[in-house]
Amino acid sequence: MRRLVCSLLLAASLGSAAIAAPVADTFANAAVETRARALQRQLRCLVCQGESIDESQAPLAAELRHLVRQQIAEGKSDGQIKQFLVARYGDFILMEPPLQPDTYFLWLAPFVVLLGAGGVAYWVIRRSRPADTTAS
Amino acid sequence: MLGELGQLALCFALALSLVMSGAGLMGAKAGAGIHAELARRVATASALGLLVFVALAFGTLVTAFVTSDFSIADVANNSHTLKPLIYKITGVWGNHEGSMLLWVLVLSLYAGAVAFLQRGGERLTSAALGVQGLLAAAFLLFILFTSNPFLRIDPAPFEGAGLNPLLQDPGLAIHPPMLYAGYVGLSASFSYAAAALLVGEEGWARAARPFMLIAWMALTCGIALGSWWAYYELGWGGFWFWDPVENASLMPWLVATALLHSALATERSGAFRTWTLLLAIGGFSLSLIGTFLVRSGVLSSVHAFASDPTRGFFIMVLIVCAIGAALALFAWRAPTLKGGTSFDTVSRESALLLNNVFLVGSTAAVFVGTLYPLALDALTHGQQKISVGPPYYALTFAPIFFALLLLVPFGPQLGWRRGDLKASLRMLSPALGLAAVAALVVLTVASPRFVTGTLAFAVAGWLIGASILDFLKRRGARAAAFAAALAHAGLGVTLMGVTATSLWRSEALDVVGPGETMTVGPYTLRFDGVTQVQGANFQATQAHIALMDHGRVASVLKPESRVYPVEGQEVADTAIRTTGFSDLYLALGDNRGQGRWTVRAYVSPLAPFIWLGALVMALGGALSLWGRLRIRIGAASPAVQPAE
Repeated sequence: MRRLVCSLLLAASLGSAAIAAPVADTFANAAVETRARALQRQLRCLVCQGESIDESQAPLAAELRHLVRQQIAEGKSDGQIKQFLVARYGDFILMEPPLQPDTYFLWLAPFVVLLGAGGVAYWVIRRSRPADTTAS
Repeated sequence: MLGELGQLALCFALALSLVMSGAGLMGAKAGAGIHAELARRVATASALGLLVFVALAFGTLVTAFVTSDFSIADVANNSHTLKPLIYKITGVWGNHEGSMLLWVLVLSLYAGAVAFLQRGGERLTSAALGVQGLLAAAFLLFILFTSNPFLRIDPAPFEGAGLNPLLQDPGLAIHPPMLYAGYVGLSASFSYAAAALLVGEEGWARAARPFMLIAWMALTCGIALGSWWAYYELGWGGFWFWDPVENASLMPWLVATALLHSALATERSGAFRTWTLLLAIGGFSLSLIGTFLVRSGVLSSVHAFASDPTRGFFIMVLIVCAIGAALALFAWRAPTLKGGTSFDTVSRESALLLNNVFLVGSTAAVFVGTLYPLALDALTHGQQKISVGPPYYALTFAPIFFALLLLVPFGPQLGWRRGDLKASLRMLSPALGLAAVAALVVLTVASPRFVTGTLAFAVAGWLIGASILDFLKRRGARAAAFAAALAHAGLGVTLMGVTATSLWRSEALDVVGPGETMTVGPYTLRFDGVTQVQGANFQATQAHIALMDHGRVASVLKPESRVYPVEGQEVADTAIRTTGFSDLYLALGDNRGQGRWTVRAYVSPLAPFIWLGALVMALGGALSLWGRLRIRIGAASPAVQPAE
C-alpha cells in the first residue's frame, strides 16, 4: 500500500525511471551480488512507506542502490557503507534500528513485558495450587 | 433526496443509541421490578431499531454510489460512472466517511445480535447493551460531526473523481468488511466485560464466547485476505511487510487469541477471572487504537484516506474516554471478584496462562515496534527518526511467538486442574517423529540450508503431528472437540508457508525482448511480446509469457500493467500460476524500448500454505462456534421445565 507513494513518485518521473533499473548495474560475481542485495534490503527507501531500497521503484532508491554498489566496488565493508549512509541520512535509513540509548526501550520492552507476564503467571500458578500440594 | 434520507436515518440512529445506552444501564442497575423490566425491553427494542436505521443509512449510501449521485460529495470524490458495479459498491467503504459508516453498521449488527440472542442473565445483557449503545453513540457523533458521508456538493459535478485503482480489486472488496467484523466484533466482548464489572455477574465469558469466536475468525480471515491482496497486487511477491497498518490489525488478533484461551479457563472454573476481563477490554482498545492509527493520518498510506486533524483529535478523545472509563471500572470493581478454584502447576489452566504470557509478549513487540518510532519522533520534535523494519520483528516477535508454538501441542493434552506431563509427552511422541521427518526432508530438499528454516519445519511437523494425534484421540467425539486441533494444525501450515516463502524464494529480474527467454528457479520463461487490452475503466498492457517445458509451451501467463486514466495511476496486475505447493509469480515492469520490457519473476515455495493455514485456523473457530450454538439449542428444551 505504501507502494502508492512510490508509484506516484514513479509516475511523476516516468521519463527518468529508466535509470531506476537495478538491472543496469549488477555484479558479475554472484557472491558480491548476493551481498549487495542483502545490504540493499537493510536500507530503507527514504521517501517510501517502509520499503527497502531493494524493492522500491522510486528514483531516490535507485540512486541509493547505485551508491551502495559503488562503495562495494570500492571495497568498503557493509559496516562502513552503513556508517556513511547514517552520517548522511540519519538512523532513519536503517531497517533495523540501532541499539543505542534512545532505542533501549524499543529493544528491551518486549522481553521485559514477557518476563513480567511470566512472573505474574508464576505467582498466579503458585497461589492457585491446591492446599494439599502447597504444604510440602 | 437520498442524502437527506441518509442524514435523517443517522440522526434517528443516534437518538436510538442514546436511548439504548440509558435504558440498558437502567435495566442493569435496578435489578428486579417492573421499571427495570421495561428499561430492558426498551434497550432491546432500541438496539434492533439502531440496526434498522444504520442499515438504512448504509443502504442509502450504497444506492447513492450505485446510481452515481454526484450531488453527494463523498460519491463525487470517490466514484465514477465507468467503474464496474462491484467497485461502485465496494467504493462505499474505500473512503474515510463510508468506512466509518461501515464500522458503525458492524457495531450495530453486534448490538442487534446481543439484543436478539439475550445470552447471559438479563441484567448482564442489559448492561452490555448499555455499553454497546454508548460506543454506537460516540461513533455516530464522530460521523455526523467530522465524517458525514451525506454532505452535498453544489453544483454537482458531471463526473466523479474515481477510486484509487489499488482498491479496485475483488480481494480488497471483502477485506475491509471482514476486518471490521473482527475489529468491531471485539466490541461485544468489551461490552460484556464492562457489563460484568458493572453488575458483578459471573458467566459473562460464556455469554460472550460466540461473539469472541466470530470476531476472532473474522480477524483471522481479514488479516489473511489483506496479506493475500498485498501478495498478488503489489507485485513484489511479499505477503507481510510489518507496515504499521498491518500491525494495527495483528495486535487485536493476538489479544483476541489470548482472550479466547483465557476465557476457556474462566468459563470452566472461574480461573483468571480478572485477567480475562482485562483482555476483553484490551482487545477492543487495540482495535480502537488501530482505527486511530489508520484513520487519523498519523501514518500516511492508502489506508489514511484523508488526514484531517479534527478527526484524529476526535478519535483520540473517544479512545481515551472509552479505554479510560473501562480501566477505571476495572480498577474499581475487579478486586471484588472471587478467585477461581485451585489447579496444579501442571494443568490445562497453567498451559492456558503460559499461552497468554507469550501472546502478551509478542503483542508488546508489535505494539512497541509500531508506536515507538512515532513517540520518539514526537518527543524529539522530529530530530530523531528511526525505522523499525522486518529485522526488528525477526529478533523480537519471532522468537517469542516461536517459543509459544513449541508449547502449543501440550495444551490440549493436559487435564483440567491436574495434568500429567509425562503421559502427555508419551502420547505426543509420534509427533516428535513427524517433526524429525519434516526437519530431515527440509535438510535434503531445500538449498541453501538454514538452521531457522529447519527448526521452523520441525515445529510445523510437531504442531501438525500433535493435531493428528489429538484428532485420533477424540475420535467419535462431537465436532466442537476438534476445534483446537484444527486451529493448531492451521498454525503449523501457515508456519511452513511463511518460512519457505521467506527463506527459499527464487527471483529473477530481466529485461527481455520478443522470443527471448529467462529462467527463474526451475522454470524457463519465453517472452512473447505485449498486446494492448481495453478494460472497463483502464487500459492494460498485457504481456504474453510462455512457461516452457522441454521446448514446448506448457502454459501462458499474462501479467499486466494497467493505466487508469480517470485516476491517472498505473497499477501492476500480476500473473500467478500455482501448483498448490509453489507459486510462479510474474509482474510486468517498465518498457525499455524496442519491444523490450522488464519482467520480474518469483518462485515462492509453499506460498499458498500461508493463507490455507489461516483458513484452517478460522475453520477451527467455526467448529467451536457450531458446537456452542448446538449446545444452546440443546439446552433450550430443559430450560422450559421449571428450574429446581
